[in-house]
Amino acid sequence: MPLPATVSDALALLGRGNYVADRSLATAVYLSLTLGRPLFLEGEAGVGKTEIAKVLSETLGRRLIRLQCYEGLDVASAVYEWNYPRQMIEIRLAESGTEGRDALEEEIFTDRFLIKRPLLQALEPELEGPPVLLIDELDRTDEPFEAFLLEILSDFQITIPEIGTIKAEHPPIVVITSNRTREIHDALKRRCFYYWVDYPDAEREREILRIKAPGASAALSREVVQFVQKLRTRQDLFKLPGVAETIDWAHALTQLDVLALTPEAINDTLGVLLKYQDDIAKIHGSEAERLLSQVKAELAASS
Amino acid sequence: MEGTSQPHLPDEGGRLLENIMYFARCLRAAGLRIGPGKVLAAVEAVRAVGLEDRNDFYWALHAVFVNRHDQEELFDQAFHIFWRNPKLLERMLGMMLPEIEAPAPEKGEEMNRRLAEALKPPGQGDGKDEDEVELDAAMTFSDREVFHTMDFEKMSGAEITAAKAAIARMALPLADVMTRRFWPDPRGTRTDMRASFRAQLRSSAMIALKRKSPKRQPPPLVIICDISGSMSRYSRLFIHFMHAVTNDRDRVYTFLFGTRLTNITRYLRYKDIDVALDKVAGAVEDWSGGTRIGEALGDFNRNWSRRVLGQGAIVLLITDGLDRDAGAGIGAEMDRLHRSCRRLIWLNPLLRYEGFAPKSLGMKAILPHVDEFRPIHSLESLGELVAALSRPSARRLEAAAAWRETG
Repeated sequence: MPLPATVSDALALLGRGNYVADRSLATAVYLSLTLGRPLFLEGEAGVGKTEIAKVLSETLGRRLIRLQCYEGLDVASAVYEWNYPRQMIEIRLAESGTEGRDALEEEIFTDRFLIKRPLLQALEPELEGPPVLLIDELDRTDEPFEAFLLEILSDFQITIPEIGTIKAEHPPIVVITSNRTREIHDALKRRCFYYWVDYPDAEREREILRIKAPGASAALSREVVQFVQKLRTRQDLFKLPGVAETIDWAHALTQLDVLALTPEAINDTLGVLLKYQDDIAKIHGSEAERLLSQVKAELAASS
Repeated sequence: MEGTSQPHLPDEGGRLLENIMYFARCLRAAGLRIGPGKVLAAVEAVRAVGLEDRNDFYWALHAVFVNRHDQEELFDQAFHIFWRNPKLLERMLGMMLPEIEAPAPEKGEEMNRRLAEALKPPGQGDGKDEDEVELDAAMTFSDREVFHTMDFEKMSGAEITAAKAAIARMALPLADVMTRRFWPDPRGTRTDMRASFRAQLRSSAMIALKRKSPKRQPPPLVIICDISGSMSRYSRLFIHFMHAVTNDRDRVYTFLFGTRLTNITRYLRYKDIDVALDKVAGAVEDWSGGTRIGEALGDFNRNWSRRVLGQGAIVLLITDGLDRDAGAGIGAEMDRLHRSCRRLIWLNPLLRYEGFAPKSLGMKAILPHVDEFRPIHSLESLGELVAALSRPSARRLEAAAAWRETG
């Protein structure tokens, strides 16, 4: 697949991957693809940040290389590592022979003994074009790793002391996501196109449900979306439900053969929507009933 | 020369480039961090999306200029004002400029006075002063002792100044926690294969295993300080303490609350304490007012806890626990806060009184959820706090257990 030529193309591209995007997101994606800079996506958990990278790899027909970040992530697990057991065997074999030391050194620090981790893989040429590199939840690593990424993201090259510098012929498509559990340094953000992925509005969320949870009836989807949107306006919840939760909830209700929301159905399935016990306790019971009656009234008024 | 290399832009592109530059300057004046590199990136982005659609133009500039979610509102307003009429925003900024500049000379004067004081040779004061200084030197020891245990509340102006200086010299050596990174260590428990192989190649001896052990690093520190009326005498000094800590180490986040919560981390990063205090005073609106502990903590939990407590932070909660809402909602929020951090230490200036018992509703609500409960009312207690933080900590909740029984 060629890269999109306009913002509308980018929007259509995301649409083909069953991702319901609005034009602002498509603009950021388009810029990142045409100008070859990383796309930096920030937003609450479960709003579909990771999904964007997956959809891009799928619709563009590129390989997806994913680097899941965690505290303590280091070069050995993110970039490359030498294959020590193999090197050890090679040394033992060489010791029985008569080869010189220099030859041995040259021999055991070559491609053959290099284990390539995601970042190095992303710099290698691929048959179908540069891969999509997803650096997921960057906020989980520590600052030193962020600083290390600067070289890779600006020049798309990695230096391995024993071999030299490896540079990508065609830079990969880079998507970075962050849940904002800490602020990422400006130096890194500066090299990227920034986009804040927000909760979708009701109309877009209904569209998402139509595509992602086709089993749910239109009437149920409307109620589900309206209810979730109502929850998101509340100030007293610790974790607001994301799009992923809405989809899960619609699936769960469909599985339970619920045709329209009832207070009982909500109480039984609230754990799908809210993930903290105190949040559930706040909504469970009479509050759910009150919200539901509001939702029904609003829907009746709008139709 | 620029006009020839713009395939997408119409002929008057030169004007547009200029306007993008002015727009960038407006945003910079409004506080966004935008350098020349970003302006170039913006031009490049605008070229890529073209000018057919105002919306695309908006989001192209947005993708380049906005770096954080909280800048979006500002960008949005500036965009709509500027691109409807570029002159308007300039004029508005122009109108604001005298206001901004007016207090500057005064401040400069003040700085100069401070500078002059600092540069003045010590012997230049009047003769009387000199005698007194000598007298002071004779009884330094006992003086300092009294001074160190003296309650901040009872200090005179001069003593407060001295206390501030003492606080500025304080360092906060937090006990390091283990990270998941390694560093070379001859007595480490793990084998560093890579280092071993490199060493092996350099000499022809048998493979000598190199060792490594986990790196240690101080955890982040979050300070949440009460600045309500009942704390006012203390809170001003505590800000000096927070400023000293913030400038001494990285990953310190500071919040103040009275009736609402304010994040002052960025202001405290100014090296000069006076500039920092000025900025803090400008940002905080509820000095010496009422206290709503429950609401402030709720605000913190909702909007900040996930952003600053992520990597196992230690939380210092500084409050006397006297709450306008009579402890309403504190319990649940304290519970959440306690669960989200590595260690929660409550510092209470009221603890200086002998026979103090946490009787008020606010205190009763806080106490079950703290790992440690200490006084903070004098230089000595601050020093003790510093010592306590540099020791490996006791099991959670244990250090405050005795208080829970009396309370």
